[in-house]
Amino acid sequence: MKKMKNKEKGNKKKNKGNKFRGIYFLITVMVLYLILYIFQPENIQKSLKASGILLMQIVPLLILVIFFMGIINYFVKSKKVLKYTGKESGIKGWLLAISTGIISHGPIYIWYPFLKELRDQGMRSGLIATFLYNRAIKIPLLPLMIYYFGSIFVSVLLIYMIIASIIEGKIIEKIENHSKRM
Amino acid sequence: MKTQKQSNSEKQKNILISLLNALKNFGSTLPLLLGVILLLGLFRTFISKQMIQSVFTGELLRDTLNGAVIGSFLAGNPITSYIIGGELLKEGVSLFAVTAFIVTWVTVGIVQFPAEAAILGKRFALARNVLSFILAILVSVATVMTLMVIQ
Repeated sequence: MKKMKNKEKGNKKKNKGNKFRGIYFLITVMVLYLILYIFQPENIQKSLKASGILLMQIVPLLILVIFFMGIINYFVKSKKVLKYTGKESGIKGWLLAISTGIISHGPIYIWYPFLKELRDQGMRSGLIATFLYNRAIKIPLLPLMIYYFGSIFVSVLLIYMIIASIIEGKIIEKIENHSKRM
Repeated sequence: MKTQKQSNSEKQKNILISLLNALKNFGSTLPLLLGVILLLGLFRTFISKQMIQSVFTGELLRDTLNGAVIGSFLAGNPITSYIIGGELLKEGVSLFAVTAFIVTWVTVGIVQFPAEAAILGKRFALARNVLSFILAILVSVATVMTLMVIQ
């Protein structure tokens, strides 16, 4: 219980760190705007207008993304993954690594301690690599991806990414096994 | 009857909490996203097609490599990579380069590498990132080639 609380505190600290980094970044960009405004006020007005148009275009999609994130938060219980990822897991293990990778969300580094814990309890390294690769496929973000690149592109890309995730997992497993033998 | 009502209201409460958490998580990335949108405004006004073309030369292999390298160094919400990728496409950058860029953005993490190496092991982190970089180039080539055949 204490460990869980400590972990939650750690995650909160990391989130705060990200937020502050984001705010510093935003302030830096705003300062850049102010400096450039002194030299080229017309171009800065154009830039603000272009940013406003961009923001208006993505706001409805962002609302959809937040809704999807909430729904996924509610349904996915990460500890259930544990017993299906061992050496004997076979195809089921790969399928689970792919699907949980796709449905997991949040910053990638939040998952490192959890994955280490699973590996210590017998999860295959290949499945960890496959899980991490599939985190690149985010269902809540698909509407936005389709908006920019089209549905055919997104479908083809996702298929190749899933294949690549399995290849990466298999190669990493071979590397790990080889180094264990050494 | 009462317990069913209670469990229903508990479920609704949990869904609401999940949505609020999602909003909170998203809120923490909002300043970064706003900063990127403002930068893109500048990008649209100040960066000309000629400037972009000087980074992306039109050579298939070099462009793809450039896209992959830039994506590996940049990190953050994938939404940002889609927006930048979409803008690059509009500016005439090849789909090979843009695909490599959006794939390495999420699969290769130079910024997160120290944390990954510290927690999951140096060998694992190095192998995963190098493989992800190579695979991103292969995925981008395969994706665009397949699209060419389909369309």
